[in-house]
Amino acid sequence: MGKGIRFALVALALAAATAAFAASSGAQQKDTFVFGTEGDPVLIDGAYVSDGPSLRVIDHIFDTLVELKPGTTKVVPSLAQSWTTSKDGLKWTFNLRKGVKFTDGTPLNAAAVCGSFNRQYTFPGILQGENTNYYWFTVFGGYAKPATGNPGPDKSLYRGCKAVNNSTARIILNRRSSSFLAALVLPNFSIASPAALVKYRADDVTVGADGVIRPQGTFATQNPIGSGPYKLESWRIGDRLVLVRNENYWGTKPKLRRVIFRPISDNTARLQALQTGELDGLNSLAPQDVPAVSGNSSLKVLNRPAFNIGYVGINQKVAPLNNFKVRQAIAYGLDRRSVVTAFYAGRGTLANQFLPPLVEGYAKTGVPDYPYNPEKARALLQEAGVKLPLELEFWYPTDRPRPYMPDPPRNFQAFAASLERSGFKIVPHPAPWRGGYVGGLLSGQAALYLFGWTGDFGDPANFLNVHFGAENAQFGYNNPSIFNALKAADEETDLAKRTKLYEAASIQVMKFLPMVPYANNRPALAFKKNVKGYIPSPVEINENFALVSFG
Amino acid sequence: MLRFAVRRLFLLVPILIGLSLLLFVWVRALPGTPAAALLGERATPAAVERFERQYGLDRPIHVQYWAYVKTIASGDLGTSVASRRPVITEIKERFPATVELALAAMLFAVCVGLPLGFVAAKRYGGVVDHGSLFLSLIGISIPIFFLGIILKYVFAVRLGWLPTVGRQDVLIDAEHPTGFYILDAIVTGNWEAALDAIKHLVLPAIALGSIPLAIIARITRASTLDVQNEDYVRTARAKGLPPRTVDGRHVLRNALLPVVTILGLQVGVLLGGAVLTETVFAIPGMGSWLKEAIFNHDYPVLMGGILFLAVIFVLVNLVVDLTYGLINPRIRVS
Repeated sequence: MGKGIRFALVALALAAATAAFAASSGAQQKDTFVFGTEGDPVLIDGAYVSDGPSLRVIDHIFDTLVELKPGTTKVVPSLAQSWTTSKDGLKWTFNLRKGVKFTDGTPLNAAAVCGSFNRQYTFPGILQGENTNYYWFTVFGGYAKPATGNPGPDKSLYRGCKAVNNSTARIILNRRSSSFLAALVLPNFSIASPAALVKYRADDVTVGADGVIRPQGTFATQNPIGSGPYKLESWRIGDRLVLVRNENYWGTKPKLRRVIFRPISDNTARLQALQTGELDGLNSLAPQDVPAVSGNSSLKVLNRPAFNIGYVGINQKVAPLNNFKVRQAIAYGLDRRSVVTAFYAGRGTLANQFLPPLVEGYAKTGVPDYPYNPEKARALLQEAGVKLPLELEFWYPTDRPRPYMPDPPRNFQAFAASLERSGFKIVPHPAPWRGGYVGGLLSGQAALYLFGWTGDFGDPANFLNVHFGAENAQFGYNNPSIFNALKAADEETDLAKRTKLYEAASIQVMKFLPMVPYANNRPALAFKKNVKGYIPSPVEINENFALVSFG
Repeated sequence: MLRFAVRRLFLLVPILIGLSLLLFVWVRALPGTPAAALLGERATPAAVERFERQYGLDRPIHVQYWAYVKTIASGDLGTSVASRRPVITEIKERFPATVELALAAMLFAVCVGLPLGFVAAKRYGGVVDHGSLFLSLIGISIPIFFLGIILKYVFAVRLGWLPTVGRQDVLIDAEHPTGFYILDAIVTGNWEAALDAIKHLVLPAIALGSIPLAIIARITRASTLDVQNEDYVRTARAKGLPPRTVDGRHVLRNALLPVVTILGLQVGVLLGGAVLTETVFAIPGMGSWLKEAIFNHDYPVLMGGILFLAVIFVLVNLVVDLTYGLINPRIRVS
């Protein structure tokens, strides 16, 4: 009779014994840094990926020609010690650091540099496009042999690359571009060992019977060979990715021997793992968890400078939104300050233009201000000659908080209420983020909508030109004056002049109001208190683990 | 017996065809597309078109289904849209984690649930009985993810006894020939790794095992109460057998029959619960993988992963039915 109870007691005792043993182990080795991320990398090859976890790893295994000064968006030398631009702005000559070797022992020379660029330029049709080759497609915009429907050499910014001598590489462009240099800091344009690319069949890709592309080699999964501060030691999907110090690194050697990335998608689980000491630091601390970390004496919060913009988009294809006075009325009718104060957990700042403050070209003065003013909004609507209240469909996502928009439905409710006080009648149009919301906006179905952007790299072109540099369905306007201003700014290679041009363009956009910006949000990271040297960067993938140590 | 097993195996074919068809329609009926899921803010109409061409999603749906059937028939389950790896490779990496977790959860549920239910029946109406009812209700009604978070908070964050995420401490370098971490550690004689893997399993197993535990305890209790009043038990007692023999040989053995049936069905509960448990405990198994696939609209992973689990479910139930025959000779005879 007492057997069952005895059994349960034994089970309990066993559990307790295990637990007691657990408490005795767990001493932290000080040469390993364990970092919790939201997910696994997709592939460790910059030519194929655009997600944060992949790029973060690639950035440590490979080097780029230029890099960002830690914590800023300022471009500084890396593999290229210096560079010059021809008068016409089309030839960029990079003087490479001498004696650099890839971790497979082969030399990093001008031929390797050109090889890495030509590789993506000559990608076969199946690898072309945003999904497989996002950054090449976005920055350079064309391929040597385009598949049907894809842009070709005539659309490409990249024309070719020439190894002038062993340590001088020249990249030739088809047109002037200043954002080109800023884009070169992207791990996507890092230099890979040409021998390893061949040996581990980096570009051997087949198409399965189901139509899905499938890489065959092991370069991007087991043998990514670069010249960076770390090498890949092992990678078990879903569990851990281990980087080990490259003892022959040409630059400052990493302070810690190993960095381990652990994918933990659940925010609470990631935080708990930090609290128990299973992690030394984590990415993407949820805003609601910030007090728990800052109130814990053994942990600390670091802030990443805001590099995103949340805005209310306006589609001018939908009448009467093509009327400037109506757009002004919308800008005055949005209670932006209250939304930023109420729903951003103290981490948001009110935005008055599309560029975040850290990006070159951010206009410090002269930006038109649109403080919340319902009376003025009504007056503007009356001047525009529309019947009050003006009925507008307003789209918002029901799920998926974004870095620039932690709580989409509540942002919408607050904005809708303030607009209704300003002479509008709002028709809500909720949609799931991935269930038609984004597609609907980008194909021009929405009139008014909540949306935003996180920068890919620290350059105003990546914000302004991407959105307002050409006619598109999302904003639905054709304004050659803005298009030309942005084109001229991008083509200017003199940094000071260019900054001025972008400042003017940023103001010009705000005078035209294709959208109303409202929030820049600072993401948070959490660390153990004894972690030293981690410098948050606006471009999160450029954060350098080689500088990290334990105090 | 053999014919029974073979017939059941043949039944798998129509089940799989029907299921694949249902899944094929279902995953495509989910709102949104893989392109929108993976491209996010960058899913312009042109980008979506290029994406769909690359992944063959622009073809008519019956053509896609036929291509999928051909792929499966060639022993391939397709390629993940999100990770671009073969679905089979990912299953090989992830399935052992889920099996280990499910076995641990089942072990916990049986080891605690059976004695609890049995004792509750023997002490009908007593403190243990009421206590077991209370525990069962909690087990059934607390959502797994919530229980997981609470367990972690108490035993890991507050008390510091157990780890909260993953299958193994990242500072332990163990070899994994089979992917079953405990087995691997024992095979390679790495006792530190074995103990560590067990430690990592304790909390997830309790969280996931809570539902089957409750069910097993209730069923054991009910069937023990039934069996105790059977004539043959009374006869056994009357002829003077010691109570322990009566309980062990006559009561428990017969009371176990419905429990064994329930065990087979619990496999479904465990696989479903693994989705939440693996997410909360960051275990790289089938569950967390399928969850990501739903978020990403990763059609090949959803199809391949769920079909694979369906086969496993059917096979486990077949094994349970066969075991049932072993325990209860009457089934075999008829």
